[in-house]
Formats: sequence, structure tokens, C-alpha cells
Amino acid sequence: MTILSNLISGISLGSIYAIIALGYTMVYGIAKMLNFAHGDVIMVGGYLCFCTTSYLGWHPLPAVLLAIVGCTVLGIVVERLAYKPLRSAPSLAVLITAIGVSYFLQNAALLLWGSDPKVFPAFFSFSGQSGVALLGGQLNITYVAMITVTVCLVIMLALTTFTGHTKMGKAMRAVSEDKGAAQLMGIDVNFTISMTFAIGSGLAAIAGVLLCSTYPTLMPTTGSMPGIKAFTAAVFGGIGSTPGALLGGLLLGVIQIFAQAYVSTQLSDAIVFAVLIVVLLVKPTGLLGRQVREKV
Amino acid sequence: MFSKLVSISSGAMVPDRDADKSPILECIGLGVTFGGLKAVENFNLTIGRTEIAGLIGPNGAGKTTVFNLLTKVYQPTKGTILLDGRDTHGMSTTQVNRAGIARTFQNIRLFTNLTVEDNVKVGMNNAMRYNMWSGIFRLPGFWKEEKVAHERAMELLSIFDMQDMANARAGSLPYGAQRRLEIVRALATNPGLLLLDEPAAGMNPSETAELMENIRKIRDTFQIAVLLIEHDMNLVMNICEGICVLNFGQIIAKGSPEEIQSNATVVEAYLGKKKEA
Repeated sequence: MTILSNLISGISLGSIYAIIALGYTMVYGIAKMLNFAHGDVIMVGGYLCFCTTSYLGWHPLPAVLLAIVGCTVLGIVVERLAYKPLRSAPSLAVLITAIGVSYFLQNAALLLWGSDPKVFPAFFSFSGQSGVALLGGQLNITYVAMITVTVCLVIMLALTTFTGHTKMGKAMRAVSEDKGAAQLMGIDVNFTISMTFAIGSGLAAIAGVLLCSTYPTLMPTTGSMPGIKAFTAAVFGGIGSTPGALLGGLLLGVIQIFAQAYVSTQLSDAIVFAVLIVVLLVKPTGLLGRQVREKV
Repeated sequence: MFSKLVSISSGAMVPDRDADKSPILECIGLGVTFGGLKAVENFNLTIGRTEIAGLIGPNGAGKTTVFNLLTKVYQPTKGTILLDGRDTHGMSTTQVNRAGIARTFQNIRLFTNLTVEDNVKVGMNNAMRYNMWSGIFRLPGFWKEEKVAHERAMELLSIFDMQDMANARAGSLPYGAQRRLEIVRALATNPGLLLLDEPAAGMNPSETAELMENIRKIRDTFQIAVLLIEHDMNLVMNICEGICVLNFGQIIAKGSPEEIQSNATVVEAYLGKKKEA
């Protein structure tokens, strides 16, 4: 039974990684940059939700919506101010800027909310229960886990439909393949990139709320480790690929939880990254990444 | 519809059927310098509303640079471009496309991972009006627009008999079909002026002949102007009404195919000076 319950926690954690990884993968696919500040947007989402519910006494639903809107705006603003001026700069400059934005967000949060951990309120308990007990109490599935997995699947479906069948989605795929040609076909590349950041950051807010509901301590550094793990998941699944983000996220979550349960809690992160290294050695483009062959 | 060139008020030559209409494109003293190199200098060209014009010249003469100036891939350092009488100064590539210039590329630049139909639809993006939410939730507005878009994409593909390939991945098409798809995608943006950069490159004589027919058909159906860069002189002399010859970034001759063929400077630019016997 513990295997099953570990598997469920793994899938639940993996779903959160997958949602975050989507943000990395979309931005990378379209703007060809690694937005290392993405993890900190998760933290901002968590704090926004925490403040409105704990200090202002809001109902969780409008609080989550506000966090999504807030992070979406934050994503657009960060892109406008920090990344857009560097559109034609070397990718290293953009990477360092992204790390700078990451530190800026963490320190701004430190200034605003202090360094002491906040306890995130439990949204997902119904009539005093935080989950349902199955098989005569041997297996306990939390509501948070159920909601996390459902939300992840819904997001995946919506995003696949969006990129596959809408004009904005097609514009995104066109920009991701050839920015120059897309521009010459009348696509507003800057607007498309802004939209990508908006969607990625909105998803980060959702991931933030889910993450804080699963692990209810909130600190200015809350987003950085899950951010790095999700980035790993994106690379693991094949960066630029939406199903890859899902697969990479889920596998990473399950591997992490199993390593914690059966090997060692301290070594679990090392094991996660070791698996990544092995996968990249065998398949450098990630599990679902596309092999790009240069024509000579 | 092959008509002789007549002079209009500005002094430029356009086909006689376009003489009473304002020209689609006027370049006045256009120039660009890269560092100290004058890649294109004092480029003047007027294209009639339904003219098929050719831009020729030896390799490195600056022909593609002219296309890049017209589409604002490079910002001109000198001169004016009037598109349908409107100054395109300060416009971005995207804005110029929306204002009515579409192009193809010397080296094919399709969205290879998208389907043929989606490539065409990307070109039609600006004309589609439904918003993101009706797209995700498949609201009635989405279906209506999608149906119209699908029909128009098929109609455009039918110019080149490519309807059957609509669901194939663009990158999987044979070379000739990819070249044709690029033209269709450019047409989908609803241009007034279509720029074709070496449309016949790599085609065999029968494919080239078919292409010539199709360029004429496009002009007649959509009533648009075409400016093409081409090294295949057979194609140029057969379908272009006005020809402009570029060498070292400067225009060395302009005129009808007959005039160009008998122009001594042009012959010299291509073949070198005749030695005195």
C-alpha cells in the first residue's frame, strides 16, 4: 500500500512540476530563452494568494483568480522591462538578466513579507477532512492531490487545443520556428512573445497555489527549488515540447518521491539530477525532444 | 494581358493598362549602407498596379537587399518607399506586411512542422477575428471563422492544385511543392504587391513553364502586382513587363524585355566587355 500511496504523491508533485515546466518550455520554444525567474513567479503567486486570504479574509476562489491575474501582469511587465530590450542581444545577456530578475523578485518578497516562513492556509479540506481514506483506511488520498492532478490535465488539454487550433497558437508555433518569416507574414512577434509570458506566468500562479497547498510553508525562496526541478523536468521531457513537459514533470515527481521513500531523503535531489544526466547522455534532446538535423 | 510600357506623370514607366491608376509601389532615391559599404544606392522604381516586374542582375548586385528594404528587414538609410501612396517610413516588418507587401524567400522558409493548411492559415492570421477564449472553448464564432479560413485556405491551395496535401507536414513536401506553398502562404496575407525571390530556383524547365503560367494567373485573379528576382532569363523575358537591372547596388538599366536584351551596359555587366578584335 505504501508503494501506491507514494506513487500518488509522486504523481501529484509531478503534476505541479509539469505545470511549472510548461512555462519554461513555452517561453523557451517561442522566445528561445531560459526564464530563470519563472520559479520566483510561483512564489509571488503563493504570496498573493496568502495575503488576500489570510490578511483580507477573501474566499480562496477570488484569491486564486487574483493571484493568476497578478502573476500574468507580472510576467508581461518583466518581459517588457527586462527581456524585450534584449531581444537582439546575445543569449548569455538574456540568461544573466533572467537570473537578475530572479534575485530581484526574491529580495523584493523578502522586503515585503519578511524572511519568516508563512503557513499557507489549507484550502482543500472539506467537512474537516483533508482527503478520502480508501481500502479500509490503508490508503489516504488527499483532496489536494486529486485537485492538482485534475488541474494539470485540464491545463494540458486546454493548452494543446490552444496551440494546435487557434490562430494565436498557430502564430506561436510559427514564431517558434522562424521569427523572421513569421514577421514577414504579418505576425506581431512582440505581442506573441508577451502572450507566451502571460500564459506561462498565469500557469505559474496556479502552480504556486497548488505547491503551497501541498507543502504549506511559504518563504521568499519557496519558488527557486521547484523552479529548478521543473526546468529539469522540461529538459528531461524535451524542452520546447508540451507533452514532454507533462511526461518529464510526472517522471521527475515520481522519481523524487520514490528516492525519498526508498533510498534516502538527503540523496533524493542528487538521484533526480543523476537520472537527468543519464537521460541526456542517451538522448540529448530529452525524451520527446525533436532531433534537428542541420542541412549541409 | 501583356501590355507595353507607357510613361506616367512622375516620368516612370508602367504597363499602359495601369497608366490611369496610381502605382502600387514607388521607391525614390532608396539606399542602405552597411558600415561603409553602399549595398544599394539611389534605387528608383515604380511598379504599376497589376504589373509583373523583374529585378535582375549578377550575383551580389543587391537584389535581395532591395527586397529586405521593401519589407523593412533592413531599415533604409536613405530615400522613400511609397506603398499605395503611403510612406512606409518607420513601419516594422509586420506593419509593412499588413499594409500590403508579402514575400517569399530565396532559401525556403516555411514553418516546416506545421501542416500545409496551417502554414496558409498563419498567413491569414490578421484577417481572423475570433478571440482566444472562443478558440479554446470552441464557441460558435470560432467554428464560423475556422470554416471560412479553411475554405479560403483550400481555395488558395487550389491555385497550385495542392488541396490534397493540406494535411501533410510542410517540411515533408518535395522541393517544388514547398516553393509553391511559400507563394500561397504569401498570398494568404492578402497583399497588393507580391515579392518573389528566385521562385524558379531549382526547378526543371517544365516546372518553370508551369510556374510562369501560375504567376500570370495569380496576377489576373487577384489583380495584384508582382516583383520577382530571377536568374532564369527565359522566365524573366517571358512574363515581366518591366525589368530593372541592378549591378553593384545601382540601377544600370530599366525598360521592357526587348530594351533590356539589346542594352549594351546590361550585356557588359553579365558577360564582360567585348574585346576589340
